[in-house]
Amino acid sequence: MSEQTNDTNKNKMKNIEKTQVADIDRSIYDIRNDGADDYRFDAGLSAEIVERLSREKNDPDWMREFRLRSLEIYNRLEVPDWGPDISGLDMDHIATYVRPKNNKMQNKWEDVPEEIRDTFTQLGIPQAEHKYLAGVGAQYDSELVYHNVRKEVEGQGVVYMDFEGALHSEYEPMIREHFMHLVPPEDHKFAALHGAVWSGGSFVYVPKGVSVEIPLQSYFRLNAKGAGQFEHTLIIVDEGADLHFIEGCSAPRYNVANLHAGCVELFVRKNARLRYSTIENWSKNMYNLNTKRAIVEEGGKMEWVSGSFGSHVSYLYPMTILKGASSHMEFTGITFAGNGQNLDTGAKVVHTGADTSSYINTKSISKDGGVSTFRSSVVIGREAKRSKASVSCESLMLDSISRSDTIPAMEIYTSDADVGHEAQIGRISDEAVFYLMSRGISEEEARAMIVSGFADNVSKELPLEYAVEMNNLIRLEMKGSIG
Amino acid sequence: MSQNILEVKDLHVSVQDKEILKGVDLTIGSGETHVLMGPNGAGKSTLGFALMGNPRYEVTEGEILFNGQNIEDEPADKRARAGMFMSFQNPVEVPGLSVSSFIRSAIEQRTGKRPLLFKFRKELDSKMDALHIERSYAERDLNVGFSGGEKKKAEILQLHMLAPSLAILDETDSGLDVDAVRIVSEGIRAYQEEKKGSLLIITHNAKILESLHVDHTYVIVDGKIAAEGGADLIEQIGSEGFAAFEGSI
Repeated sequence: MSEQTNDTNKNKMKNIEKTQVADIDRSIYDIRNDGADDYRFDAGLSAEIVERLSREKNDPDWMREFRLRSLEIYNRLEVPDWGPDISGLDMDHIATYVRPKNNKMQNKWEDVPEEIRDTFTQLGIPQAEHKYLAGVGAQYDSELVYHNVRKEVEGQGVVYMDFEGALHSEYEPMIREHFMHLVPPEDHKFAALHGAVWSGGSFVYVPKGVSVEIPLQSYFRLNAKGAGQFEHTLIIVDEGADLHFIEGCSAPRYNVANLHAGCVELFVRKNARLRYSTIENWSKNMYNLNTKRAIVEEGGKMEWVSGSFGSHVSYLYPMTILKGASSHMEFTGITFAGNGQNLDTGAKVVHTGADTSSYINTKSISKDGGVSTFRSSVVIGREAKRSKASVSCESLMLDSISRSDTIPAMEIYTSDADVGHEAQIGRISDEAVFYLMSRGISEEEARAMIVSGFADNVSKELPLEYAVEMNNLIRLEMKGSIG
Repeated sequence: MSQNILEVKDLHVSVQDKEILKGVDLTIGSGETHVLMGPNGAGKSTLGFALMGNPRYEVTEGEILFNGQNIEDEPADKRARAGMFMSFQNPVEVPGLSVSSFIRSAIEQRTGKRPLLFKFRKELDSKMDALHIERSYAERDLNVGFSGGEKKKAEILQLHMLAPSLAILDETDSGLDVDAVRIVSEGIRAYQEEKKGSLLIITHNAKILESLHVDHTYVIVDGKIAAEGGADLIEQIGSEGFAAFEGSI
């Protein structure tokens, strides 16, 4: 390799800094803060632990009862047996609650304890807030450590609070009315677990007709070893309102399993629009068993943008219920499964309103023995006359030891539905690599360009800074793939 | 004595163990334009791919000297960075990679410096105008949905932007209408005259050569050079076809 290329690599390194995902060098994401928690529950789960958590949180009675009821459901339900193996996840060894030191939520970064602030600074969160976000919430292990919203957004009546703060505020009735109504604890074992031990997360309410011009972001960082993160996100976008919410996640790598079982519930009211973007970059010892669901009223629009890069095992299928007539959903996702990763991702949509439409467009990349499975489920109910649904999944396998599967399901109960499904599995063509090389581009760079191009329609949906980060993640994953 | 940019000595090339080139010799001096003609299947494109370093084309015997250096074992990107270029007969479509970011990255990899955006765009725009390529094509995915003529013009655009010292043009005239042939041919002439670039033009059609200065012509038949000469050989082929050469090896 020539000296010039080394120079350009050096330049790239500057940009990559905060997106180290490969096992070999995740220097930024891998900063562990060994002394940052001062309080953690014993591993395992019992009614006593749940009661203690509830007392610790000063929960209202209804919430304590809800937690205990969820625990009963959790104990009753079986671990799912239809997806990737999660037997490496032993709940007796997962700490459900870890409180960072000096836990008091701040609205100035200066007031956040130094070692925690340093972690977020290295992840670029305060810088991002300064540049292009309307509000930021930063959660460290089980607790929000920072929360701030721009004055002008607050002035519009937008509520963006840490979830527990909201639970003890005037919004309690609103939370009680919506909390785990879309994702009831009966849904599956990890939803029940979430109901029992949730902590942290965000509550957002956008009043009628208000358009939030710049995105809000919550960043979830799981630092503690052998712990679980169970944040709850509840967003209500009222009639005619408009919001873009970004969720980011990362964790350092440990040799023991960590668990993420968050829950996201999104309510999109009449003629409102919500875009929910995620770049998930958990470390590769993480079990990411996250549940996300949205319900959309008449004329409303739900847009999902989802990038899954990290975790050891993922089960992630954001679901949308198109309840109101003429409501619409778009899902754009990309999954990149590398060595040791089994990422089972996809999307689900249920059409119950007439003239509803959904558009699912996903890409998956697998490499170095990674397994990527795409599951989609489209249900068009009896009342959903003249509905349209389109599902497209393209997979790219970068070598012969990796795997890519597509499992589409459709249930149509009307006679006039317009439904399409398309799946493609391919490899990088040698011809294309040679073509780019004939212009002076190295083989590694040529492959990275082809893979980035493959992911282009997803990065186009992201705000510029996140698109850059996603491309860096791809490049990093592609590094050293020759040879 | 002018420096030879390319010397090919007794080149044998196989594709999947089938020998296609059976001992080819040719020498191109700096700034010269050579033309390689021959019937379908004679090995014209094979020579182009072997020179550029496509790994499917295995050099089993002989040498390729580029600026006096042996390059048979070098990968295509190194040959390109040393100044070689090839215009493809069938340019490859690359979804999600725009024409402009592709060319900018290629320049960056060749020079080690990322071209400044403003200067780069200005140059790209003026070269696109000269080739009658709509400027909006700069942001389109590379070759995706381009017509045959648009693909070939995009190849010539890359030739101009990358400014190599030797360009191999593989059937750059195939599938073009009369106007496109004229535009592409003018583009090649600009490269000859302004860049003083060397050319190996592979074609089976004399049309594109009408307005170009040609120094030397080869006729390849069944993997071997069957005849060579000056520009007058092109006229002879034009009137007699390749049949006359097929018995000569």
